Amino acid sequence: MESALLIHRLHFAFTATFHYLFPQLTMGLALLIVALKTIAWRRNDPVYNEAARFWGKIFGINFVLGVVTGIPMEFQFGTNWSVFSRFAGGVIGQTLAMEGMFAFFLESAFLGLFLYGEKRLSPKAHWLSAVAVFVGSWLSGYFIIATDAFMQHPVGYFTAADGSLQLASFWDFVLNPWAGWQYAHNMSGAAITGAFIMTSVGAFYLLLGKWTTHARIFVKAGVIAGCVFSVLQIFPTGDRQGKMVADLQPVTLAAMEGLFQGQSGAPLVILGQPNDQQSKIDNPLEVPGMLSMLTYKRWNANVRGLDAFPKHDWPGNIPLLYYSYHIMVGLGTFFVAVMVIALLLLWRGRLFQAKWMLWILLLSAPFPYIANTAGWMTAELGRQPWLVYGLMRTENGFSTVVSAGNSMFTLLGFMGMYTVLGILGLFLLWREIERGPVDEHESVSNLHRPTEAH
Amino acid sequence: MATLWFWIVAVMVTTYVVLDGFDLGAGAIYLLAAKTDEERRRVLRAIGPVWDGNEVWLLAAGGTLYFAFPQLYASSFSGFYLPLMIVLWLLMLRAIGIEFRAHVENPVWQGFFDVIFSVSSILLAMFFGAALGNVVRGVPLDATGYFFEPLWTTFKLGSQVGILDWYTVLIGGMALVTLTAHGSYYVALKTDADLGRRARGFALLCWPLQFFLTVSAMVATYFIRPDIMTNYGDHPIGILVPIVVVSSLAVMLWANPQGKEKLAFLASSLYIVGMMVGAAFALYPVVLPARDHQYDLTIYNTAAASHGLSVGLVWWTFAAVLALAYFAFVYRMFRGKVQLGEGHY
Repeated sequence: MESALLIHRLHFAFTATFHYLFPQLTMGLALLIVALKTIAWRRNDPVYNEAARFWGKIFGINFVLGVVTGIPMEFQFGTNWSVFSRFAGGVIGQTLAMEGMFAFFLESAFLGLFLYGEKRLSPKAHWLSAVAVFVGSWLSGYFIIATDAFMQHPVGYFTAADGSLQLASFWDFVLNPWAGWQYAHNMSGAAITGAFIMTSVGAFYLLLGKWTTHARIFVKAGVIAGCVFSVLQIFPTGDRQGKMVADLQPVTLAAMEGLFQGQSGAPLVILGQPNDQQSKIDNPLEVPGMLSMLTYKRWNANVRGLDAFPKHDWPGNIPLLYYSYHIMVGLGTFFVAVMVIALLLLWRGRLFQAKWMLWILLLSAPFPYIANTAGWMTAELGRQPWLVYGLMRTENGFSTVVSAGNSMFTLLGFMGMYTVLGILGLFLLWREIERGPVDEHESVSNLHRPTEAH
Repeated sequence: MATLWFWIVAVMVTTYVVLDGFDLGAGAIYLLAAKTDEERRRVLRAIGPVWDGNEVWLLAAGGTLYFAFPQLYASSFSGFYLPLMIVLWLLMLRAIGIEFRAHVENPVWQGFFDVIFSVSSILLAMFFGAALGNVVRGVPLDATGYFFEPLWTTFKLGSQVGILDWYTVLIGGMALVTLTAHGSYYVALKTDADLGRRARGFALLCWPLQFFLTVSAMVATYFIRPDIMTNYGDHPIGILVPIVVVSSLAVMLWANPQGKEKLAFLASSLYIVGMMVGAAFALYPVVLPARDHQYDLTIYNTAAASHGLSVGLVWWTFAAVLALAYFAFVYRMFRGKVQLGEGHY
């Protein structure tokens, strides 16, 4: 039985992790494409339209991969976690059905118009279709976060006679306080991915000395958005999310921070390896009192450690949770540093010539993906050992009728399929990037703005 | 309230079959009807702007099923574990077949994705039919409310049934022929010249098969589940179902050679509606029959609590009106025969 539980967990973890590589860029780029389209439309500037069209192509490839890897997510609640679905479906079925009805219809209908309908639509209608795709993808994000928020902090439900959870208050459930900050934090994370990818491609073209007019737009838009969202990611969204964990899942906070013993004036561990055999951090590099300060705004506040909670309520995999959290925070700090420096250079008018900075921006592209993945791992590993916090344990939620062997068969199938999808996706994205926003000699930028002062 | 949601889910699934059915059918005839690269791009262009939206009906229907009948969702999705996963893989392959083909102008690359698209479309049509066959035939539910079916056992309808047996394969075949005809009418409607003529030819070829399989499926269904007629006996309004099915078959036969493509396509849609509604009507209030009828899953023992269902009705109605508006708009934007030369594909 234990191995069936493990395979079902891996099945969901693998497919969800791979899936979320795509929506984070979809949601981030959707916002930036709307910004480009808005400028193109307001200023009647065809270069911005070319830029939006280029990112539309990247968006299209990415969107297809997001859709095909997303369909299994909705199925897996039933296929691999049927006992959980029966238990909680009366509540979370609401948001999952709403995602299909409100978000997917909107997104899919207008994406076709945005990608293939530019000649059939007026500029305003084409701009509207970009906005509709943006609204659809961000709505979709909210419904998923609200579903996850219920699993993290169940509200708005009652327990029916047969033991299942049923909806008691729609608004309490949909406006779960957990969902608000988690959504803000998550969407800001998606915008960071979009901004870093746009900046990275722009930096690549500038270093290459090709499509420089478009590249400047990409870098400028990417750096401004990247700076705004990197800061928002830490404050207020990350800060408030952390406070919520401290209030509602204190054992999770202790495990994330690697705080084995509760104490007043608790230190913040910057580096070090959690040693859960001996309940301590090996090779610690700490800031004294900082954890108390960050959590309770007092240097000597008492923070409860893992020792304050029964061991069977500890998250199951403390080292992985600790590392996920620290990787997320470390990269988040790095993003602020990179983007603030880039913004200063942009403001001083030196960024487009600063090769060293363009190299850093180019090579930073993978990090938002790692940070977003680590963030979700923190949230979901931190929720353990609960599937619905305080109400159902993970070990009681999987499909008992689906044997470990059958689950492994499909897990291996997904691994094979996703390897192929990943290779195809990278290959096609590379081709689009290499082909560039326009044929160099056909670009309107050559006709309308032959040179641009540096 | 549960009855209302039963019909909402049934209508959503039917809408899915009518809409995604034509692009699955277009995929089924794709390799044979569209011979040149230019013709293949025309077929893809005809379904390109709409296939993803059509597929969303499957997701939305699945989500609505989860919300309204969580116990049914839990039992059926885990019980149909293997075929569902295979359907997922086929949906993925088909999507990249459509979308990735045009990105590289290379005959080997394009030939590969042509085959992927067409084969996955054919297999999906068959699997969807087999799924419907399983629901009508009944599954080995027990007192726990769960079951697990292997892909096949002996292909007979014994105590240990599999997803595939002679009956579900028959329904799968009927679904394939129905959707092939449906897709052919759509391609005929959206294209002209040789391609349109060939699509009409395929539809003509499908008709006698479709007629024969419809009759055999009816007889076989009555043979394995005589009780399926109970609702028809109790509610005479059910007589509309065979009238709709027979008359839409007749209209298809008449309209296709006359070149009335729109009428033929509408008749084919009506045929699908008739068959799907007929099946739902026969099953009601059962949503997943058990081989042993005391364990049947019905709307009564699978529905979510009533407060949730009432709240859902408010937002569902609102969302459905919006969705219909988007669809009307998109189909209007892309109406008429396909023109190449804009967008990709």
